[in-house]
Amino acid sequence: MDLSALLTVGQTALELGLICSLTVLALFLSYSMLNVCDLSTDGCFTLGAAVGAVVAAAGHPLLSIPAAMLAGVCSGLVTALLQTKFGIDSLLSGIIVNTGLYSVNIAVMAGSAQINLYKADTVFSMTKDLLAGTPLAGQSITVVAAVAVILTVVFLTLFLNTRLGLAIRATGNNPDMVRSSSINPVFTTIVGLCVANAFTGLSGCLMAQSQKSAEINIGNGMVTIALASLLIGSTILGRGSTFVRAVGMVLGAFIFRLVYAVALRLDILPAFMLKLVSSVIVALAIALPYLKEQWPIISRRLTYKKTAVGRRGN
Amino acid sequence: MLNITHISKTFNPGTVNEKKAITNLSLHLAPGDFVTIIGSNGAGKSTLFNAVAGSFLTDSGSIVLDGQDITFLPEFKRAKSIGRLFQDPMRGSAPGMTIEENLALAAGSGGWLSRVSQKDKKRFRDRLALLDMGLEDRMRQPVGLLSGGQRQALTLFMSTMVPPKLLLLDEHTAALDPGTAEKVLKLTRDIVAEHRITTMMVTHNMQQALELGNRTLMMADGNVVLDVSGQERAGMTVDDLLRRFKAGTGKDLDNDRILLSD
Repeated sequence: MDLSALLTVGQTALELGLICSLTVLALFLSYSMLNVCDLSTDGCFTLGAAVGAVVAAAGHPLLSIPAAMLAGVCSGLVTALLQTKFGIDSLLSGIIVNTGLYSVNIAVMAGSAQINLYKADTVFSMTKDLLAGTPLAGQSITVVAAVAVILTVVFLTLFLNTRLGLAIRATGNNPDMVRSSSINPVFTTIVGLCVANAFTGLSGCLMAQSQKSAEINIGNGMVTIALASLLIGSTILGRGSTFVRAVGMVLGAFIFRLVYAVALRLDILPAFMLKLVSSVIVALAIALPYLKEQWPIISRRLTYKKTAVGRRGN
Repeated sequence: MLNITHISKTFNPGTVNEKKAITNLSLHLAPGDFVTIIGSNGAGKSTLFNAVAGSFLTDSGSIVLDGQDITFLPEFKRAKSIGRLFQDPMRGSAPGMTIEENLALAAGSGGWLSRVSQKDKKRFRDRLALLDMGLEDRMRQPVGLLSGGQRQALTLFMSTMVPPKLLLLDEHTAALDPGTAEKVLKLTRDIVAEHRITTMMVTHNMQQALELGNRTLMMADGNVVLDVSGQERAGMTVDDLLRRFKAGTGKDLDNDRILLSD
């Protein structure tokens, strides 16, 4: 692989990594902080893509961003209400919302499974005009995505250190403590999921516009892919301040995409393997610490069996 | 300060597991009262605390705290005026957050979007130094690294940073080693005395029940069977207490963890 090919691979990984890292940051809030595995992420990502594409296609590329984020907030609100006010298990509420969103997303796209943006202005085509003639010309996707990621990281760092942010973290960290303190866990869960899903929606919106199309399956497997990136990120930069950890999330997303893109480029893996790879990473990353903890018992059992024959002889 | 009038609570009503945890219990606490509570297994001590703190709503009766009817107030709203410590020292603080962050939450000042100022941090440090546990030098460490005793002291500190109207201590030193328990107990006494907080404390140490505070309750079968204070309590020994318990309930105090003396 020559240098220019490598650069192209790096470029693609950077763009995809940055855009998807917004979803990873969303899970950083819901999964790492609030301790809720939000399985509505796939649907919410598609919702952001669909809403963003519809608004951009209507000629309002700038408006598409707040619209997609607001759609994400609504989706998060429904998920949060189901698990806090209606006694539905948090995993199940995510699955229910995810399923429902499939219909909602097609409805948003006026009954079709795809929206084309080839003729429409997007945030990226607008930036492209702005960047013409500067050293960053041709890098509109990277620039827009980087700005979005930086703003999100800064926002999360500030937000998680406000009283509300601390309360959200405590809700995920020690529900017992929160129940007997003056924090209302219902409120913190709702706020946390709404904010997280706003970023998932934003992520989907940018993804659709960078690909110049939104389609109903754009978010499939997103939650696992984002979790894989999150776990890679927290392995690299899992300790330290909120800022450091948030940066780790972005790095994780980039590394995941880079490794995958290289594997793809070198024909190690066909493109359809992306989801299996992310599943294996998530399963391994969560299973390994558990198995490590269990190892003394497992190894004792193995040696116990080996010597069992001798014991019976006595 | 606290007026509990004829409250009852039955768990699993109408099933084979039906348990009348509290039966028609009434209790009045004057401002500044420090009440110690002892009782048999399943006498309803923790259930009483749960009812007051709002972990569940009672089946009947009313609870009034400092003039405010809190009978139907949700737990998190009661928590603004009620501090609570459990036997498990891990329950009261968030292990994944730093000492500073835990204190910032407990301080409870400012709006939701406010951040902890440098001045607040300094104030936390200075006050934490009074615990004499070296915690003031570990402000940025996660609470999960502290020992059980340190965490319980921190929880006590956190729940009294804004002095509550009522402090509920549910055997909060029982899971600590004797030395640490002694220290946390001294701290409890100091903080309660300093802010004159109305306090209820469940203990299984009979001697402690008589020494601490100004009033002792004994509970059995979901009600208060003995309530001593003042002159009567001053001259009381553990034996007197046991005798009075038997006279009141017709049976011996049955608690597999009870300590008759130190």
